[in-house]
Amino acid sequence: MKRKTNLLKILSYAAFVGPALLFFLVIQIIPFFMGIYYSFTSWNGVSSTVEWVGLENYIKIFSNDRQFMESFLFTTKFMFAAVIISNLIGFSLALLLNAALKTRNILRTVYFIPNVIGGLLLGFIWQFIFVKGFASIGAITNIPFFKLAWLGDEKTAFWGIVIVFAWQISGYMMVIYIAALQGLDTNLLEAAKIDGANSWTILRKIIIPLILPAFTICFFLTISMAFKIFDLNLSLTGGGPFNSTQSVAINIYQEAFQNNRYGLGTAKSILFFLVVAIFTTVQVLATKKREVEA
Amino acid sequence: MNAKYSKKTFLLEVIGILIAFIFLIPFYFVAVNSVKGFAEILIDAAAWPKEILFSNYAKVWEIINFPRAFWNSLVITVFSNIGLVVISSMAAWKMVRTPGKLSKFLFIFFVSAMVIPFQTVMIPLMKLGGALNLTNSIPGLIIMYFGFGVPLSLFLYHGFVKTVPMEIEESARVDGCSQFGVFWRIVFPLLKPITVTVVILNTLWIWNDFLLPMLVLQDAELRTIPLATSSFFAQYTKQWDMGLAALVLGITPVIIFFLFLQKHIIKGIAAGSIK
Repeated sequence: MKRKTNLLKILSYAAFVGPALLFFLVIQIIPFFMGIYYSFTSWNGVSSTVEWVGLENYIKIFSNDRQFMESFLFTTKFMFAAVIISNLIGFSLALLLNAALKTRNILRTVYFIPNVIGGLLLGFIWQFIFVKGFASIGAITNIPFFKLAWLGDEKTAFWGIVIVFAWQISGYMMVIYIAALQGLDTNLLEAAKIDGANSWTILRKIIIPLILPAFTICFFLTISMAFKIFDLNLSLTGGGPFNSTQSVAINIYQEAFQNNRYGLGTAKSILFFLVVAIFTTVQVLATKKREVEA
Repeated sequence: MNAKYSKKTFLLEVIGILIAFIFLIPFYFVAVNSVKGFAEILIDAAAWPKEILFSNYAKVWEIINFPRAFWNSLVITVFSNIGLVVISSMAAWKMVRTPGKLSKFLFIFFVSAMVIPFQTVMIPLMKLGGALNLTNSIPGLIIMYFGFGVPLSLFLYHGFVKTVPMEIEESARVDGCSQFGVFWRIVFPLLKPITVTVVILNTLWIWNDFLLPMLVLQDAELRTIPLATSSFFAQYTKQWDMGLAALVLGITPVIIFFLFLQKHIIKGIAAGSIK
């Protein structure tokens, strides 16, 4: 009798959890381990024989793949700039909309709109803005900022991608910060005001410490989104000029599907995984430690 | 907070509206130039069109086979969503209601996969997908979305189920309701708020996804909207008049979706990001 109920329990557990686990294993976990294996081979993606080469791919990447290193450098620099700027804008917008504005709901909708459009189409839209739109604004206003050769120059192309990324992501961050600000205890803010604290002190000493969990989430999201940038980068600059804005994701894609070096490509992707995992874990642990109980 | 509407608030309101214009300017440029002739775009991209031409749209509609691309995107998004909601809600509920080492391990297993970048699995997945006949097929792509979407959807359901009281489920069990009956008739309706969030997040992701469909779908007839738009751009580089019309066609469906559901979308995203 008892064995029968145990068997039933196992079967019902399998019936409920099984489908999710099956798809997850087949689509993500098995390929992940296949990838680790292929990273030690010289597989070209086509031939049926896969030759084991040991650490050769990894040695190649570290010893003579300058483009990969430069892509990593670009992606890391981009990540820092993008995370700081989009969170600064997102948080400022949240503070702005926390005031009793009459147009609050409309503004929130407008700031959020760029998020619903995919990165690929956003990149194409901004390509047009940088090439033709900025030139027209420059001609009308004579502001030097709009007259730069935005996508044609290595330095400005970098900032071009940062601008577009921030334009896309800030509204998303704003939504998370607004949710956190609305959860604040207003009595606490009133008390601080009565005690004579000015807005800047209240922001620094009360608001920010209390909503640190929102910063943890927003930083985690922006770090991982910026690190994995692909669509936006591909359609906006295609990695150019002179591969100066080629993200790691684009570099891996080209190595595998254009150069047909699947073994080398998977080795790069495993390194990429390690870096993303380390960065996001360190960040979450670092900000979590600072969170206080409200 | 019922603060008075002061001068300071008015000033903030003006600043807010100015920022809104900055956010919208790119859309102005795209929309206005999509109804101009090529020569007119080159002369001045900021100016209002002298004459509104819809011929760009008519041409693009045919070349990218817009109805087909729209239909493909719709089918992929809808079926991926249905599957993800079914498998993740069932798994999350069972895992929460069966505490123990196995459930704990599985939960950590699912969630930790969220740090795996897509690029890390895409190369072997294409090989495995080829062997399992999942490539160049819309159902195959949908199955891949099941696998990629499960961690986040399950995570969201898992957090929500913990807040659902167990008493009703127990009394239904006592009354002789089966496990599936309890789940679909009693629990699932209670999960509606988080289901809305899961569907919204997955819809925005799947509808806009580019790389996975590009790797999986080769036939032109299977193309989604982002694929159709990008191949159009590759063919007609710098043909801004037609390109911009293609962009407007590409972004309109998702903007309409957003404007209709914006309240739920914004609420859902705020809820989804808070653990």
